[in-house]
Amino acid sequence: MPVELLNIEGLWVRYNAADVLRKISFRVNSGDYVGIVGPNGSGKSTLIKAALGLVGSERGNITLFGAPLESFTEWERIGYLPQRLRFFNPNFPATVEEIVGLGLLAGRRLPRKLTPEDREAIEKTLETMGITALRKRIIGELSGGQQQRVLLARAVVGGPELLILDEPTTALDPETRERFYTLLRDLNRDRGITVILVTHDTSSIGTYASRFIYVDKEIVFDGTFDDFCHSEEMTNLFGEFAQHLICHRH
Amino acid sequence: MGVGEILSYGFIQRALIAGTLVAVLCSVLGVFLVLRRLSLIGDGLAHVTFGSVALSLIMGVNPGYVTVAAIPLVMLSSLGILKLTEKARIYGDAAIGIVSSLGIAGGIVLASVAGGFNVDLFSYLFGNILAVGNTDMIIAAILFAVVLLAVAFFYRDLFAITFDEDLAKCSGIRTTTINTVLVLMTALTVVLAMKVVGIMLISALLILPAVSALQVARSFKSTIIASCCFATISVMIGIFGSFIMNLPTGGFIVLINFILFLLAFAWKYMRKGRV
Repeated sequence: MPVELLNIEGLWVRYNAADVLRKISFRVNSGDYVGIVGPNGSGKSTLIKAALGLVGSERGNITLFGAPLESFTEWERIGYLPQRLRFFNPNFPATVEEIVGLGLLAGRRLPRKLTPEDREAIEKTLETMGITALRKRIIGELSGGQQQRVLLARAVVGGPELLILDEPTTALDPETRERFYTLLRDLNRDRGITVILVTHDTSSIGTYASRFIYVDKEIVFDGTFDDFCHSEEMTNLFGEFAQHLICHRH
Repeated sequence: MGVGEILSYGFIQRALIAGTLVAVLCSVLGVFLVLRRLSLIGDGLAHVTFGSVALSLIMGVNPGYVTVAAIPLVMLSSLGILKLTEKARIYGDAAIGIVSSLGIAGGIVLASVAGGFNVDLFSYLFGNILAVGNTDMIIAAILFAVVLLAVAFFYRDLFAITFDEDLAKCSGIRTTTINTVLVLMTALTVVLAMKVVGIMLISALLILPAVSALQVARSFKSTIIASCCFATISVMIGIFGSFIMNLPTGGFIVLINFILFLLAFAWKYMRKGRV
């Protein structure tokens, strides 16, 4: 039976006296693969950041794994991959192995030392992501696709139940992007990880996500991809031709 | 004069011990500060130290304990920089600038009230490691132990917030607490480094070894180790060299650090050329 992992009720986010998000409500259950799409500036990334407490909200309630966000402490149950690192420094002197190890801090007591089991988990994750050969390389020396794999490895190494990804494929070429989506689908299908994927890549997400949320400051559509393709509202929003292109790509 | 003979002087021994302790502390913290683009916090806090020293001297504090007397105000200022950045949403460099100018202005006004620069205040501006006494060495050893233990205890949290603060937050790390620990440790180190290189050159000891290490290191851990090595080598050469050539030790240590940076930079480009 699916368990509720994330519940957002009546969320409003304002920035500089303007609404960024209005009356957002939805829930995500275990096993879901939710694609959140919308145009640039629609508030998709803000929605994810608000859900994780990285930006404040004007009003609304957010619960993670049944606990209010303010008192949520079980961060080891969540893996987060941001759109881009806030101050990513290409000369940051950390190896792939060290970065992936950062995914094992949550839920540990200080000084949060790595155990032999942790090292095994890192090893296994590097293998799953196909980046074992890169383990001693400095992250800044890698290509965009390789860096995203490393950050995804960091997000999944702790065995999270919920994986939240904010536009992870922006810097990737189409082929690498497809491989990345396939990898996510496998994590969802084979390891049962619930996925929330924010993207502007509307057509690709239809192939993989089981649920589709279209956001433009508020939720415009929430349903399956098939429902989306047959929605009159969406025809009005995109136009018949664009909707056809999006829906018949797969 | 041989190395053995130089080492037989008590003041040289004390200078080497205190200098190495300070160099190691500065170089470790410097890696986190440089990567977090907070390099100039050392400069800002050094200026506050100047104000604190002036205040202590005016209040009649024994010059031997001026270092300890400056600690509370410098620590408070470091928290002030942090709060200005976090709460008032002022950029880090501007927050450092505000606290820095306040510190130096306060020091100048106090020195003027006291009847101008006296010899004591001047010695704190440029430092004199060869004048390190036993009390200074004990203070240095205690602060060294406190700061290094704190870095070891919070190492993985410090590493995480240095890499990305949002990711660290989503790992359940109390980033505000860790930032507070980092600036407080920096404040302690700046006060401690004052006697070694002087207020004017403290930020060089925080920045240069870390930047040199970033040119050559191949992991985060090795960056910290390399930074310690660069800083220790510069202090050793600096003390011996300045003594032999009769040059100001603080300034000479910084110059050696700069030469080491140039060598590291050149090595990086030669290595790149080979790849």
